Amino acid sequence: MANVLHIVVCAGIVPDPLQTLEPVTTPAGPGLKNEMVLPAVLDPWAACALYEAAHLAAGNPGSKVWLVSLGPKAKLQQVMMTVAQKVNFELVPIDGPIGGFTDAHATAAVLAETIAALPGLERDRLLLFGGWESATRGSGVTLQLVGERLGITDQFQGVDQIALRDDGSFEVLERVEGGKHQASVCGGTPAVLGWATGNLAEPRNNPQVGMANMRTMMPALQKAKPATLAANGLRYASVSLPKQQRTTRVVKDMTADAIASELAEWIGAE
Amino acid sequence: MESILVLTHAEESGTELSKGSLEAVTAGKELAARLGASFTIGIVAAHAPAGVLASAGARVLAVQGEAFAQARYASDAAACEALCRAANASIVLAPSSSRMARVAAGVAHRLGGVIDTHITSLGGSEGVEATRWFYRQRMEGVISRDARPWFLLLDAGTHAAFSGPAGEVHVEQVAVELPTQRTIVSGFREPPQDAQTIRPDARLLFVAGAGWTKKQPDGEIHAARAGELILGFLRVTGASLGSSKSLVDQGSENQPVLPFLTHMNQVGQTGSTPRHPKGLSTCCHGEEPHVVGWRFIGERRAISLDPNCGWTRGKADVVYIADAFEVMARVTELLAARKG
Repeated sequence: MANVLHIVVCAGIVPDPLQTLEPVTTPAGPGLKNEMVLPAVLDPWAACALYEAAHLAAGNPGSKVWLVSLGPKAKLQQVMMTVAQKVNFELVPIDGPIGGFTDAHATAAVLAETIAALPGLERDRLLLFGGWESATRGSGVTLQLVGERLGITDQFQGVDQIALRDDGSFEVLERVEGGKHQASVCGGTPAVLGWATGNLAEPRNNPQVGMANMRTMMPALQKAKPATLAANGLRYASVSLPKQQRTTRVVKDMTADAIASELAEWIGAE
Repeated sequence: MESILVLTHAEESGTELSKGSLEAVTAGKELAARLGASFTIGIVAAHAPAGVLASAGARVLAVQGEAFAQARYASDAAACEALCRAANASIVLAPSSSRMARVAAGVAHRLGGVIDTHITSLGGSEGVEATRWFYRQRMEGVISRDARPWFLLLDAGTHAAFSGPAGEVHVEQVAVELPTQRTIVSGFREPPQDAQTIRPDARLLFVAGAGWTKKQPDGEIHAARAGELILGFLRVTGASLGSSKSLVDQGSENQPVLPFLTHMNQVGQTGSTPRHPKGLSTCCHGEEPHVVGWRFIGERRAISLDPNCGWTRGKADVVYIADAFEVMARVTELLAARKG
């Protein structure tokens, strides 16, 4: 028997990983140079969470996926044009600051407040998804804080797999040290799952899915609630790029045997 | 005055502390000494904590019992909350283990505190300043906070592991009222011992890039041969295997794959940022994410066919412009011969 799930995915937007980033000082604290014009993508691990959520919802008729995303409205719209073509979801945009230098506690408070107010969300069916870390702040704490604020005490991080059972319980595989997974069985929803990469490939763009998502997405973006994030006493003494520059020896004229010999020496040297 | 708590947990043995936990003990001891603060160690464990803590010069608190043998959010959060309250801690240091990373934020919230993670060093002349990386190891920031308790999760390999003579540890037990447990840990899943390619304690990280499964000079793809060469090298050296995202992703794109690679091998932007004394990359093409994955590798060498590869310049110590198939076969032969 299928389980009806209400899956809320928290996902931010981040600069495209191939961009060169440079920190600058702004009146509001540290930021990125040309931050608003840098190409952006959906946070990679959170994107994995979204694909897993859509896959899970598709296998359980009656289920629904919400995507809650905090960022500047214009930037969200830009990124969602691509994301909307991947899988079915309802976008819940929050018009707020972008970037890795904001306080995770303030972000979690805004996200939790938004999720708690989602029309039609049944908390006892809730699976709260997100990436286990973002590609910006990378603290890996926001999802736990949202979960605590929503009173969810079954939480899993570094998740690569969820297997739902007929009785509503599910097995979760979480990454732990040494290339292992910890397997746990949870009695049922609600629960928080911070995803690592999971097992699904990025879905291909599907214009029909995009059209369906767009019907609700554009009005939602227009009505996106503005949010400000408090610093909560977080102060930055400095933000800088790593200065270490190595002197690289480029070896072009050695035979494979000679290179192998040199490498064997290097590897063997303690 | 600050009150320092090192919050940690026992290993699977139920008693011993991991290297990361002992590093946190060193960090706590140093910070307490510098600030003239009280120093407490709080442990979640199935059994009595390790004797080495007898020489740490700290008050030792423990939440003990079989219920705490399993790493699970609900029970761990309750235990950690109780330890923090008992210690009345203003600064909580903990290792960035999977177990602590799962619960520390929730515990900080319950105590009305704040948390920062992936801390690589603690400094500051009078107060506490913590250094951490942002944007996946692309830039480094130094932060401070007024709010207390302030939880700081320390990255592994950033402090010396505490050691001292073992003795009898005076442990103060802290009682915990456990909430109803809806989650049961059923065990661990891992590849067979000889097939495990992720070895965090290895001295060498070997990174395989997408070039291993591309067309070679003869115009053919030799993925099977690449797999043999890589596994042979790992067997001889005991190195840990990392991979670029593009190589791992090929499996889902119907391209030739190395069957032993999973997303857990991935280093870089959407993978891990491992710490090893040495790193050897092969067949990686030049993208910033690869550099991100190598941030904490000590000595770095690379084998590449591209003499103009951008990422290696200024990032690797030595770049060999050569065919990795040929070189790695020979290296493995040489190392195998040395081992006898």
